[in-house]
Amino acid sequence: MRSKKPVAAVAVAVCGSLALAACGAAGGPSAAGGKISNDKVVLGLLNDQSGVYKDLSGPNSKVAIEMAIEDYKTKFGDKAVAKTIEIVSADHQNKPDIANTKAQEMYDRQNADVILDVPTSSAALAVANQAKAKKKLFIDVGAATTALTGKSCNKYTFHWAYDTHMLANGTGAATVRQGGKVWSIVYPDYAFGQDMNKSFTAAVEGAGGTVQQSIATPFPNDNFATFITRAGSTNPKVIATMAAGGDLINFVKQFNQAGMKDTTLAVGLMFITDIHSLGVDQFAGTTFTDAWYWNFDAKNRAWADKFKAKTNTRPTFAHAANYSAALQYLEAVQRAGTDNADAVVKELEGKDLNDIFLRNGKVRAADHRVLHDAYLAKVKAKGEVKQDWDYEKVLATIPADKAFGPVSVDCKM
Amino acid sequence: MSAFVQYTLQGLAAGGFYALAALGLAVIFGVLGVVNFSHGACYMLGAVAAAVLLDVLHVHFWVALVVVPMLLFLVGMAMERLFVRWLLRLDPLYNFLLTFGLSLILVDLVKRRYGVSGLPYERPAGLDGQLQIGGLGLSTYQVFACVFSFVICGLVWLVLTKTRVGMIVRASTEDAERTRALGINVGRWITPVFGFGIALAGLAGVMAAPFRAVTADMGSNFVIILFAVVVIGGLGSILGAVVAGFLVGLVEAYGQAYAPTFAQVAIFLLMAAVVLFRPAGLFGREETA
Repeated sequence: MRSKKPVAAVAVAVCGSLALAACGAAGGPSAAGGKISNDKVVLGLLNDQSGVYKDLSGPNSKVAIEMAIEDYKTKFGDKAVAKTIEIVSADHQNKPDIANTKAQEMYDRQNADVILDVPTSSAALAVANQAKAKKKLFIDVGAATTALTGKSCNKYTFHWAYDTHMLANGTGAATVRQGGKVWSIVYPDYAFGQDMNKSFTAAVEGAGGTVQQSIATPFPNDNFATFITRAGSTNPKVIATMAAGGDLINFVKQFNQAGMKDTTLAVGLMFITDIHSLGVDQFAGTTFTDAWYWNFDAKNRAWADKFKAKTNTRPTFAHAANYSAALQYLEAVQRAGTDNADAVVKELEGKDLNDIFLRNGKVRAADHRVLHDAYLAKVKAKGEVKQDWDYEKVLATIPADKAFGPVSVDCKM
Repeated sequence: MSAFVQYTLQGLAAGGFYALAALGLAVIFGVLGVVNFSHGACYMLGAVAAAVLLDVLHVHFWVALVVVPMLLFLVGMAMERLFVRWLLRLDPLYNFLLTFGLSLILVDLVKRRYGVSGLPYERPAGLDGQLQIGGLGLSTYQVFACVFSFVICGLVWLVLTKTRVGMIVRASTEDAERTRALGINVGRWITPVFGFGIALAGLAGVMAAPFRAVTADMGSNFVIILFAVVVIGGLGSILGAVVAGFLVGLVEAYGQAYAPTFAQVAIFLLMAAVVLFRPAGLFGREETA
């Protein structure tokens, strides 16, 4: 036995060094790869694949990105600069520390050229820092914080779909215009909720309304009954909730139970999956801001039909935006003729872009906020729903130049 | 004043859920000595079962209120027979870990089948809207939740104190060895008691379905508060579980009303205070602590 030990140790050492050598050969920056690093473009999808935001983006966003790759290949055929395109995906569980290590792993070891999606503001901010350090692209779709184009803005980070300013501006101003001047806001006490509360207060006051109370609630929370009574105790015209996901459903169910007939419910952030999971009648009549709606026009419907054929469900705006981000990234690679990050950034900055998601889209060069049309929508009554997932009625299109806020003074590229 | 009455009602309604579920937890702990961490998952199963039955078989809320606890009773008995039983002789920690593992599996199975964003549940007819009592508009549902859980807790109390079965269960809770010595087959009662505890969790779940989000994760937050309830009431104390359930509901409601940021902390401060001054809980006996 004893004599075998050194032999084993040597064997391990040899194997180890062989593995290291192999690793070095495969993992290093490819010198022979021409203009596309490692001879392939790698798209990293980092989002919630098991938790509360799984249904609104999650694994189905991978399907959306695959659709973008297909469309890119069909469009450019033999002329495509990116011949091999791969997707790597990971679950960040909505935790910033996990997002941080996963992003590092994607950029360094999986050679991701761009990371997409990343819902949950704190996680998105962590990835933005990695993008800046590694000098590789990050296109955020799922997170709402304006800090991505504010304090944490950088050359390699783009914010594609929406932000708290867009949500507040649309819903807040429209509701005040319709007569809902006096507000109570109930918000979850963490980064997203606080940001939403600030944005909504600014939007309501900007439109000539007043906010009587802003009530912070624990997060997560399933019993809102008393918060609702308290919010209603000053007889506001509008009670607004900034809760998201399961908490939003709790809130709406309990709001409907409270029997406040003279008070309108405003919802800060809503995905079509929320309406689906609560049932239209509980939300009926609620006004909110949407970044994209699948049944808005023929173009969207056609895309949504393709999506449904693959996933058996209708897309949320996050799915469409992930498609759009992947497609526009690949087209920028095509124009640049390389996947070199600086060259691709140059091809995106300041450009006018249009696809199924981006209408009148433009990448603002100063802070990388992607401007596009947004929509003021209303949840249909049960009788108006003609087919599955046909839940929204678009009341107005908010033009791209009005939908988002001005460039933040905090943003130093 | 009217707001205060509303807060109180809301507290009692929320407390009703805690009391029902904690009652199940207390009965199980009393007879089996098992700290059932899967209670939150069983509460979730109750709500999900109600939603699925409504969607697929159009089983009405009122029917679900009876059928679902019966289903959960069977689930509970199966859990005890297949898993819990084999670890009863070991350190209680083993069953704690087992039930924790079971709850993770149950939650993930539901996520796999029904996704994470939850199932729709229509508001049951008759519970929608408001009751006008003495010039006060009170939510019908909350009044119902409050009264119903009072009644169920009362019934369980009657069964435990006035029937032979109840006497055996109480005797086993007090001292299983001595009960056995008196010629009672305690082992025979273990399976149905576990099933009954799970059924109570399921019942709380059905009651939650119309006004809380029916999601795979709905039990994970709930079970934490539930343990606070049981610790405050005294582990294994049946009366303690019920009183502490309503107490915690009230603390939560008043907290939300008068000091929103501290609403959840208040529950755990109460728990800390109870543990500090009465380590066995409000109604617990020292030896069970």
